[in-house]
Amino acid sequence: MYLNQLRPFLTVLLMALAFGCGGQGGQAPAAPPANARRVDQSKAGNVTGRVTIEGTVPENPPIEIDGDPYCSQQNPKGATAEIFAVDGGGLENVFVYVKDGLGDYWFDVPTEPVKLDQHACRYQPHVLGIRAGQKLAISNSDDTLHNVHALATANPGWNKGQSLKNIVDEKVFTKPEVMVQFKCDVHNWMHAYVGVLEHPYFAVTRDGGKFALNDLPAGTYTVEAWHEKLGTQTQTVTLGDKESKELTFTFKSAAARAN
Amino acid sequence: MIWLNRYAKLVALSTLLLIGAGGMVTSTGSGLSVPDWPNTYGWFMFTFPMSKWVGGIRYEHTHRLIASTVGFLTIILAIWTWRVEPRAWVRRLALAALGTVILQGLLGGLTVILLLPPAVSIGHAALAQLFFCITVTLALVTSPSWTAGASSLDDPMLPKITLATTTLVYCQILIGATMRHIGAGLAIPTFPLAFGHVLPPEWTTAIGVHFAHRMGAVVVLLAVANSTAHIWHWHRPQRDLIRPATLLLLLVCSQATLGALVVMSALQPIINTAHVVNGALVLGTSLVLTLRVFRRTLQQPAIGDVKTSRQSHIPLLDQDLREVRG
Repeated sequence: MYLNQLRPFLTVLLMALAFGCGGQGGQAPAAPPANARRVDQSKAGNVTGRVTIEGTVPENPPIEIDGDPYCSQQNPKGATAEIFAVDGGGLENVFVYVKDGLGDYWFDVPTEPVKLDQHACRYQPHVLGIRAGQKLAISNSDDTLHNVHALATANPGWNKGQSLKNIVDEKVFTKPEVMVQFKCDVHNWMHAYVGVLEHPYFAVTRDGGKFALNDLPAGTYTVEAWHEKLGTQTQTVTLGDKESKELTFTFKSAAARAN
Repeated sequence: MIWLNRYAKLVALSTLLLIGAGGMVTSTGSGLSVPDWPNTYGWFMFTFPMSKWVGGIRYEHTHRLIASTVGFLTIILAIWTWRVEPRAWVRRLALAALGTVILQGLLGGLTVILLLPPAVSIGHAALAQLFFCITVTLALVTSPSWTAGASSLDDPMLPKITLATTTLVYCQILIGATMRHIGAGLAIPTFPLAFGHVLPPEWTTAIGVHFAHRMGAVVVLLAVANSTAHIWHWHRPQRDLIRPATLLLLLVCSQATLGALVVMSALQPIINTAHVVNGALVLGTSLVLTLRVFRRTLQQPAIGDVKTSRQSHIPLLDQDLREVRG
């Protein structure tokens, strides 16, 4: 009798929980509209470039890794935070993407998942991009527990435990969001940043701060470079058919103190 | 009754320990290191292997185990009090303790499931202090010194002063909890000045809450100093008032020092937690003082005592005291 009386409340509670857990499972990408406008690859151009840092690069602070014997074992020489990865003046781990100007082009969502691994008590890679609707496969290569905590704002946030080695969870962000911070609350030095976009024009700087945004249609675009500590910079670039342009973003290390 | 009193003191002390464990969870940012509730990474809470207590899990899982223990102790306290305590209001208070600790456990679980929303986390912190107050009250009112009775005091101002102080301390704790759970502990990173100024040159919600906590500290310091000075001046022979009043002053001075150290150490977890625990001690001591003052200023005088003008305000308390005296 009591259960019958409680049933409406339990139903509401379950619905609320289901809503709260939204965005965690795989969700099929939306089908393109009949008159979908697609990029003509034969006329597409490229934006390439480099992100640099000016001034004295702040040192990455050491992290106390002794809270977990496994992590200490994996990092016998200690470890530092991954905030500034600089190679020959080029700043790596910067997320560069087309922020504005694409209009109403349609881009198919890749079926292949993007991988984010937890290895040696670090997220690998530290910064990555993914398409809205694309699967993110999060794996645990460590022989210790991690919790994967996505601090999303435009998308539902979630927190998932991975207590076994080689376990993989697939998650999907359905809305664009730059950036979604990932953290492990078990190992408070572990952070990753995921840029979620509706289009494929994004890159993370590697090899001395280099990036490339390939196969862009002709147009005028706002390109933004995002760094976890130094903030953002934007530039405007206009591309004609089959045209390639180069951009350079220069962050000032002094900005690290302000952020 | 003496064993019930000793047990009630144990529950109050355990609650203080629990507040400390909870403080460590927040101070180390480990609140979500165990993502499921009531289980722990799928294990039944009490069978979670110790080898897996790593990183932030140590703090969160320890907090859950202590919380479960306090919950269990409170169940026994409620049953024991219900069976042996002659005063109806004390029995009801023990039941309220049980209800509060159950609600507190649910809030703790909810804050994990909902990913630490500030409103729920602040509610969890506020209810923890309220539960601590209930256990302190139970430990006090079951003590032999309380049930033996005491002479009445003719000081209508004193209950107002002590009650106001306790209320201010609780409000200050609420502001502190808000500051912690919205991440505003270093919104003003300098001490004693705010960015080199008496008043912050710019205002955000975080800076406002942080500054309110600093101003609250000044108000609480003044209120406690006033209470203590009043008792030292007018009631020096009353040792049951002098002792908590003096202790309260010492604790609140320690609390202000710890608060400054929290900022200067950039939220060092142990200092931060000591600030939380000491805050609970300030509240508990202020509550003990207030309850003793209320009992002595509002109770009906014993036969031969001088009558006061507030005798009729707590007939239940007085009647219960007579029941206890037999």
